[in-house]
Amino acid sequence: MADKAIPKIGPRGLPTDSWQATLARPAEAIAIPIGALLSGFLVFSIFLIIIGKSPLEFFALVYKAGFGTGFSWQNTLSRTTPLLFAALCVALPARLGLVVIGGEGAIVLGGVMAGGLAGVMAGLPAVIAIPLLAFAGGLMGSAWIGAVGALRHYRGVNETISSLLLAYIAIALMNHMVEGPLRDPSSLNKPSTAPFAEHLRVGNLPGMDVHWGLAVAVVCCILSWILIERTTWGFAARIAGGNIRAAQVQGLPVGRLVVGFTALGGTFAGLAGVFEVAAVHGSANGSLAAGFGYTGILVAFLARHDPLALIPVAILLAGFEASSGLVQRRMDLPDATTLVLQGFVFVAILLSETLYGRFKLFAPERWGAK
Amino acid sequence: VENELGLWAIPVAIIGGAIRVSTPFLFVSLGEVLTERSGRINLGLEGTLVFGAMAGYGIAVETGSPWIGVFGAAVAGALFGVVHGVLCSMQRVNDIAIGIALMLLGLGLAFFFGKPYIQPVALDLPSISFGWWSDIPQVQAALKVNILFLAGIVATIGLWWMFRSTRVGLLIRVVGDSTDAARAMGLRPSLIRTLATAAGGALAGVGGAYLSLFYPGSWNEGISSGQGLMAVALVIFARWNPIACFWAALLFGGAGALGPALQSIGVSEGYYLFYAAPYVLTLGVLIMTSSPRRAMVGAPGELSITK
Repeated sequence: MADKAIPKIGPRGLPTDSWQATLARPAEAIAIPIGALLSGFLVFSIFLIIIGKSPLEFFALVYKAGFGTGFSWQNTLSRTTPLLFAALCVALPARLGLVVIGGEGAIVLGGVMAGGLAGVMAGLPAVIAIPLLAFAGGLMGSAWIGAVGALRHYRGVNETISSLLLAYIAIALMNHMVEGPLRDPSSLNKPSTAPFAEHLRVGNLPGMDVHWGLAVAVVCCILSWILIERTTWGFAARIAGGNIRAAQVQGLPVGRLVVGFTALGGTFAGLAGVFEVAAVHGSANGSLAAGFGYTGILVAFLARHDPLALIPVAILLAGFEASSGLVQRRMDLPDATTLVLQGFVFVAILLSETLYGRFKLFAPERWGAK
Repeated sequence: VENELGLWAIPVAIIGGAIRVSTPFLFVSLGEVLTERSGRINLGLEGTLVFGAMAGYGIAVETGSPWIGVFGAAVAGALFGVVHGVLCSMQRVNDIAIGIALMLLGLGLAFFFGKPYIQPVALDLPSISFGWWSDIPQVQAALKVNILFLAGIVATIGLWWMFRSTRVGLLIRVVGDSTDAARAMGLRPSLIRTLATAAGGALAGVGGAYLSLFYPGSWNEGISSGQGLMAVALVIFARWNPIACFWAALLFGGAGALGPALQSIGVSEGYYLFYAAPYVLTLGVLIMTSSPRRAMVGAPGELSITK
């Protein structure tokens, strides 16, 4: 009787666990995705060996062109911005259990919106015009992806299929606008909207060759994390994502949650388009459909739809994209190499779902949890 | 003689286009019907279609025979199906997400290995002219029907008959409607689903070979742009019935032919908007046929998108 351990009492009157037990689950949530990422790299390395290329050379080049120098970091960080926005467009609906994969459509239309309105706003000072452009582009994106959520909730239309169909429609609309009503007659080889007035171009962060969009994207990630983890709306969304019927029985406004989260995700994707146009290209054109929306899907899944985890994952994948030009030239590989690598990593991360709870090491009970 | 048909040229071009454009829709949607009837959804058929197009083209160029190309595309498609089926058999692995991943992987591998084949000229699959009774060239062109289209009709009737009155069809339907009932009968649901997904992938691969070996008849990276995905949506519209898939594929093919048909008579205004017609049609059909409250008529009970 005397040697029966008395549980230590924590601040809320609950028994406290050892630090190992407290950290076991978070450690699992980090270790398994990293293991999956490495397995994806391993399969890709085997693929390279089979076709007679050196994986060591490949990863060395990726490091050199993506992360090796200050210049390559700037290149990587510039590509991080649209990936972060696009990944938020996947991650936010995913917390409600929705698989939205058509962020590309909102990116493209957000960009066209900004490109089309820039001419109208050329007379306004930048402090007014740039936020207005961002608002318009974000609104366009939020309507586009919010419609996906509304169709899902009120009509039962599968969101995965509808969002991808809408992405194709958006790209057709962009081509129509850029080559028709919004075309700048002086853009001959590459049909574009009229170029941005110089003062409306979004500038670079102080001391870097990376535009302000990156800071905005990081702030959006932090705000999204707060929304999901620290507000009642986020709590309700997580309940609805776990079990939609239970949420409805509890009287949670599932319809408003679904439309709200998809629309918010769409807003971010729209902002990606705005920054691509206002900071990178200087006008809206076909370069907007560069596939950021699709890489963003992988970023979100790798980060397990955690808005803060999106940041390191997006930087990593942006590094691979930034290095693809050098890899193509030096190793004589086609540009689709990055796509193949992403495909292997994507399959690996989905397969790793089956591993959660399989390792004793990560079970809090093993470390004496009550 | 050019404008002998006048405005009639549009419906003639649309009918001809429907027959030409519908074949890949038909094969992919039949493959998806087979997969979904077994209780799984394979969203990766877009990737399978494009990889099949590349594999069929590459093999045809290397061997000199388009038929070996079609066969190779079917084998490649079946391999993608096996991978999808095996991965989805694991616990907590989501079939929709795996489909997206395999779609990206299939596109990536197709573009990767397809790079050297972008130049060579295609070896066309043979077709049969049903327009001999007419001496109007547009009508003759419209009724030039490829053998794979006829094979698609045979496959449609074959699948319909299989689901209706064969033991294999019954097994697939049991597995698709209730995993528990299938287990109680001593069946192995994962194995049957994997085989059904593999067969579905093979059909989608043949659809891809049609794209690169007949119409449009060359391999390039923009060869599909979503036809595989539209075919998946088309299956919901067709209520998992192979015969309905055939008519739906013709309808979608006609929508896809609208843009080129208008262009052929000189309408180029809003070309990109007509190009979007099949996507808009697919979305409209999905909105009309879905319902938030009742389960969809004819849907397999174990299908994740309708649960």
